[in-house]
Amino acid sequence: MPSDLIHLYMRIDHLPHIWCPGCGNGVIMRDVAVALDEIINDTDNDIDRDDIVIVSGIGCSSRAAGYLDFNSIHTTHGRAIAFATGIKMANPKLHVIVLTGDGDCSAIGGNHLIHAARRNLGLTVICFNNDIYGMTGGQYSPTTPTGDKATTAPYGNLDRPFDIALLAAGAGASFAARGDVFHARETTEIIKKAILHKGFSLVDVYSVCPTYYGRKNKKGDAVEMLKWQRDNLIPMSRFNVMTPEDMAGKKPIGILAENDFPEYTEEYAKLIERCRNKNRK
Amino acid sequence: MIGRKKLVIETSWCKGCGICAAFCPKQVLEIKKEKVTVKDPEACILCGMCEMRCPDYAIYLVNLEE
Amino acid sequence: MSKAVLMQGNEAAVEGAIAAGMRIFAGYPITPSTEIAEQSALRLPQVGGRFIQMEDEISSIAAVLGASVAGVKAMTATSGPGFSLMQENLGYGAMAEIPCVIVDVQRAGPSTGLPTSPAQGDYMQARWGTHGDHPVIALSPSSVLETFYLMVRAFNLSEKYRTPVIFLMDEIVGHMREGVELPNPSSLIINHRRPSFHDGANKQCYYVPEGQLVPAMKPFGRGERYNITGLAHDESGFPTNNTQVAGKLVSRLLAKVEEHTDDIVRVEEYAMDDAETAVVCFGGTTRAVMSAILEARAAGKKVGMFRPITVWPFPEQQLKARLPQLKNILMVEHNHGQMLLEVQRVTGGATPVSFLGKVDGTVITPAEILAKLQEMEV
Repeated sequence: MPSDLIHLYMRIDHLPHIWCPGCGNGVIMRDVAVALDEIINDTDNDIDRDDIVIVSGIGCSSRAAGYLDFNSIHTTHGRAIAFATGIKMANPKLHVIVLTGDGDCSAIGGNHLIHAARRNLGLTVICFNNDIYGMTGGQYSPTTPTGDKATTAPYGNLDRPFDIALLAAGAGASFAARGDVFHARETTEIIKKAILHKGFSLVDVYSVCPTYYGRKNKKGDAVEMLKWQRDNLIPMSRFNVMTPEDMAGKKPIGILAENDFPEYTEEYAKLIERCRNKNRK
Repeated sequence: MIGRKKLVIETSWCKGCGICAAFCPKQVLEIKKEKVTVKDPEACILCGMCEMRCPDYAIYLVNLEE
Repeated sequence: MSKAVLMQGNEAAVEGAIAAGMRIFAGYPITPSTEIAEQSALRLPQVGGRFIQMEDEISSIAAVLGASVAGVKAMTATSGPGFSLMQENLGYGAMAEIPCVIVDVQRAGPSTGLPTSPAQGDYMQARWGTHGDHPVIALSPSSVLETFYLMVRAFNLSEKYRTPVIFLMDEIVGHMREGVELPNPSSLIINHRRPSFHDGANKQCYYVPEGQLVPAMKPFGRGERYNITGLAHDESGFPTNNTQVAGKLVSRLLAKVEEHTDDIVRVEEYAMDDAETAVVCFGGTTRAVMSAILEARAAGKKVGMFRPITVWPFPEQQLKARLPQLKNILMVEHNHGQMLLEVQRVTGGATPVSFLGKVDGTVITPAEILAKLQEMEV
């Protein structure tokens, strides 16, 4: 028997999940469940469990949709945000959460990511970013650091990587944040804020893939990879008071952009109202 | 007594990654034959770190009834 | 009260869709389908619906499928290049059984081709464009008024069979302007979704009860949480690697269309009662064929027209029923011979089949059809 939380929010008939030993995705999926539990149980939010829709694409991350016990749709590779756009447009009351990966959302689905961010449609995108294509066995992704190895970069990766949170912010996302597996409590809080944010929100959560990325790049096992996160991904409050020398090579986690832009379906509701008033005249 | 808790392990779900043992602040846990076991139950402070970090939901705290 | 209005085929497609209950349109501009997006943007907010211009055709069909899952009838429209981009998600719609309508206003291809000259080169793509064995329903209108009524039917079939319906228009019909009298919407029969899973013990979301064609489809957000996937899945909606379950699923998807062709297939026959020659055509080619047949009849020739309105599944039984009386068949279509292959398959070599087609973006004229009939010694 699993814990009450897992029992309540996951389809335990389908657990244990397919992810490898030490994979960070399980922790991120738990963070999402904890965030949703806290959101649903806070009556101030007035969010019913059935108002939540989980949408995923294809890849390791995207199996999460099947495990989480909500309305869930596991779509095609790269297109989760586009499916989610239709769901939100059809029923703006729904809280539509996209669970995706670095390849799914920034390579094949990159176009949908930037345009959803630009429109400020009220979706929440949580990217399980493990720097690699895990499902197909370890090819380099748009977030694989330059020089790192992958099965399709046997001599080292020549590409320069995306920073997905900054990419979303640059595309106009009204909420863009970064989290990681090690800082689970902080990341859960960020995910909660992202879901409650009115407008498009993205959380780029750094996962760990010890099986492909870690092994190929001699990063050690899952424990070593999490220690790296502990030492190099620094919560914003602490990062902001670090000296430039201490900051070197480190990245902040936390909210990178937060703005109150008009939300798309709210603007559309106003448009419908305008058209109806015109018809009445 | 409020907040009495107990550590539970779902061995069949454990994939033996070792994360819980490595990050346990009191070194309560160890991996034996690719499964987590409690090495030093007396030292456990029921902090829940292992539950938060376990990617496989194989270790957790339960609230005990009265 | 209905009243006569001058309307383009593309506009009639939108009016028909709205009458059928379409309340979400997601699309991307492409000639010669663009007016469908424009008209949807204008009309949908007036009826409480929503229009969204997506970043490409892939996201357009994805958004349409998403909207349908959330309980709203949805449509997209495109032309050949965009239709190619939509193929993967078209298969997703078939596999996950998500109703929606995809309009393809065909233009001359391949590739960017001849924008915006007429063609019917996407006929086979409509059937076989997405990978894997899958069911397909495709309808093709030949006039502005028929576009309206057939669009209502497209939505109805899509809901009834829980599968995407391809609305195969062409530039000729899309840009044709005719005076039409649209019916009062309340006079139309509209299929609605059964919005809950079945009473009784089995509440699995892909369970088909005895006597039903398809599983019920409950919109997301109304309780009874469930999962949808494009992977082979069991009745609970979860992925499976069980080959028996997967095989049974695909067979059921194919059978729901193949076993109900009586309901799905429609043809128009003109002057076929005593015809010894049938001219087979569909969509925008029909007008020239009709004109040629009228002339041929005036000259005493026993020529009739056989026009599939449902172009997929091909009206096999209907054509077979005519074969005993036919000395020959002329297939006329704006491509290199695509429906021709279906006609040849159905005739099985027993009836000679001639062909008149074009791939240069020009329109086939009645004179060319008459000349071809002459050549066939009709």
